Amino acid sequence: MSIDWYIALSALLFATGAMGILLRRSPIVILLCLELMLNAGNLALVAFSRMVGNQQGQVFALVVMVVAACEVVVGLGLIVAIFRRKLPLDVDELRELRG
Amino acid sequence: MSATAWAWLVLLLPLLGCVVVSLGFRAIPARVAGVVGTAAVGLSFLCAVAVLVNLLGEGADARHHASSLWTYAGAAGLDIKLGIYVDQLSAFMILVVTGVSALIHLYSFGYMRSDEGYHRFFSYLNFFVFSMLLLVLAGNFVLLIVGWAFVGFASYALISFWYRRTTATRAGMKAFVINVVGDIGLVLAAFLIFRELGTFDYGAVFAHAPAVFARGEWTVTAICLLLLVGAFAKSAQIPFHTWLPDAMEGPTPVSSLIHAATMVTAGVYLIARTHVLFYLAPTAADVAGFVGLATLLVAGTIAIAQTDLKRAIAYSTMSQIGYMIMGVAIGAYAQGLFHLMTHAFFKALLFMTAGSIISAMANIQDIDRMSGFWRAMRFTSLMLVVGGLALAAFPLTSGFFSKDSILAYAEARGGMYTWMAVGGYVGAFLTAIYTFRLVFRVLPGRPCEEAQHLIDTGELYHGPPVNPATGEQEDTEVGFPGAHHHIAEQSWPMAVAMGVLAFGALFAGLIQIPGVDNVLFGFLDPAFADSPLAAIRPSAGAEWRGLAIGAVISVVGIGLAWYLWVARPELPRLFRERLRPVYLLCLNKWYFDEAIDFLVVRPALAIGRFADSTFERLVVDGVVSGTKDVVGGASGVVRTVQSGFLRSYALLLIAGFAGLALYFLLRAT
Repeated sequence: MSIDWYIALSALLFATGAMGILLRRSPIVILLCLELMLNAGNLALVAFSRMVGNQQGQVFALVVMVVAACEVVVGLGLIVAIFRRKLPLDVDELRELRG
Repeated sequence: MSATAWAWLVLLLPLLGCVVVSLGFRAIPARVAGVVGTAAVGLSFLCAVAVLVNLLGEGADARHHASSLWTYAGAAGLDIKLGIYVDQLSAFMILVVTGVSALIHLYSFGYMRSDEGYHRFFSYLNFFVFSMLLLVLAGNFVLLIVGWAFVGFASYALISFWYRRTTATRAGMKAFVINVVGDIGLVLAAFLIFRELGTFDYGAVFAHAPAVFARGEWTVTAICLLLLVGAFAKSAQIPFHTWLPDAMEGPTPVSSLIHAATMVTAGVYLIARTHVLFYLAPTAADVAGFVGLATLLVAGTIAIAQTDLKRAIAYSTMSQIGYMIMGVAIGAYAQGLFHLMTHAFFKALLFMTAGSIISAMANIQDIDRMSGFWRAMRFTSLMLVVGGLALAAFPLTSGFFSKDSILAYAEARGGMYTWMAVGGYVGAFLTAIYTFRLVFRVLPGRPCEEAQHLIDTGELYHGPPVNPATGEQEDTEVGFPGAHHHIAEQSWPMAVAMGVLAFGALFAGLIQIPGVDNVLFGFLDPAFADSPLAAIRPSAGAEWRGLAIGAVISVVGIGLAWYLWVARPELPRLFRERLRPVYLLCLNKWYFDEAIDFLVVRPALAIGRFADSTFERLVVDGVVSGTKDVVGGASGVVRTVQSGFLRSYALLLIAGFAGLALYFLLRAT
């Protein structure tokens, strides 16, 4: 099977995630979309790794998974904190850092 | 121990006294602070004697030693050491400074008894003595400047000692500002010396100067003129003298110590120390000589008209320092220093008697109010007469020999210097008149109210505490003089100090009688052997002729003072009315304050106001607020990006990366 399909799928997933981040306002959905983008990257790494024939790309994919797990911990923690303080769970409402 | 080790101790002891008294002022009682301060300076005097003994144990040509503790700065050809230089000149100076200081500390122990600032007073006094010793012991120009600035500060702090008196604080500031002008001159001179000779060290500078400079070259003349600015400001010579009479706002022991006996003679020391340079710059030396002459004459005429006891003595100090400056400038080094020593004795004594009399007058200093103290205070009166005789150069007193030795030298050098001798004798006549004017107005006659009170009750008269200059009401808390005053008759430390000084004032001249003995000059001369001018010596006959003239002038002056103020007391009033312009000129101090105010102070104030109203408002504010507006406007534009919308940031990020990716893709194909 040609590498093209893998890359196309990866690009599709990445674009979906990016569109989700740009269009959705719920922090949870944004977090999900971020995961989608990371995994699109992972897919591309693994596919290239298969094509080249060594394991380095797959190792990178594992590292990205670890980073993603950490990021989810922080992100979810923030969301819980926002919820606890009874702030709106809406990124357009949370704009106190306006310059 | 070597001479330099003792000299380090001389320097260390007053510093130690200052530190102990100032840091321990809560822990140690006032009396103890006085004892510590006095003992520190007294021990320092003993160490100075040890230095002298050590030097005398060596050959006359080997009596100069440099010693340094560590290097201050050593880089790029700069080599400044924390070092002292001990030779005949500095040994002589430390003996005079510590000796007179010890006696004045003793006097202050009694005189300042009731003052609330007793600790502060003694820590300042000790600090002053340390600074003065640093000044005279310094082994290079940098340390000299340090000592020079320290004594300036000590003088400022002590003039303003009663810091709640506005007149005292103003006088302190005036003294400080004028002294800083002198400091600038001294610093510039040191820069020039370093530029030309590459070193600050005394030994190297004086050894190399004759080879580097031709006699009369403009650089060395400039150096000497700048040194003179420093010397004139410190020694209250025209036109930098106006601070000294105002400095009398300080406590009387301060006037006695700093503004009569020691600090104001620093200029004399400076010229004597740098005599090698002054020999190479005859123009500068002549300038100094004539300024000294002018000062001694002008100050003498002013002193005749003043009615404030301490100010009159202050003008007399200026006048006597004029003699010394004139002496060391024209080459009479040892003679000038001789007069420095005798002047320290009798002028310190005169100020002490003035302090005693002012105490009895409940702080009033106006001699118009004083009379009849001979019957009220016998000891103080006697001391006033002794000090007055020495100041007026009465035959066989110390001032008689020292003043005439300078004038005999001027005459022996001949040429235009003869005129200096003539001017000096005119000054001596004025000295005799103004000194005995004070004596004859204060001592004889019917006792004034305050003196009568002292005779009747045996206690001092106590008026309400007022500022003697303005008559303002004061209290007796810290920052003002204390509640009680003290006179020599009732306070043994004051009496002892005055007695010792009176001995010096009467008999110190006997160590240097022309043709009889040569103790002082024999000791000092090797220090000045490198100047050909020091070799000029009047013959014994010429000296005795000078002494005879001096004796006649002194006796005639005293007699004239007696005639004017005792026998025919209506005559001075007649003179005042007939010669009103002359009288006003002298009373108003030759209008020097007004002239300086007009020439310096007002233009400086005008420039300041212009800078404040125009330059500051328009240029400085314009630049500052212009910069602020530009930065603020630019950041206002950039700030709109920070909208706070998370998704717009994400869009920027993604669009940015997409743009970059597109760019590289297009580049790759």
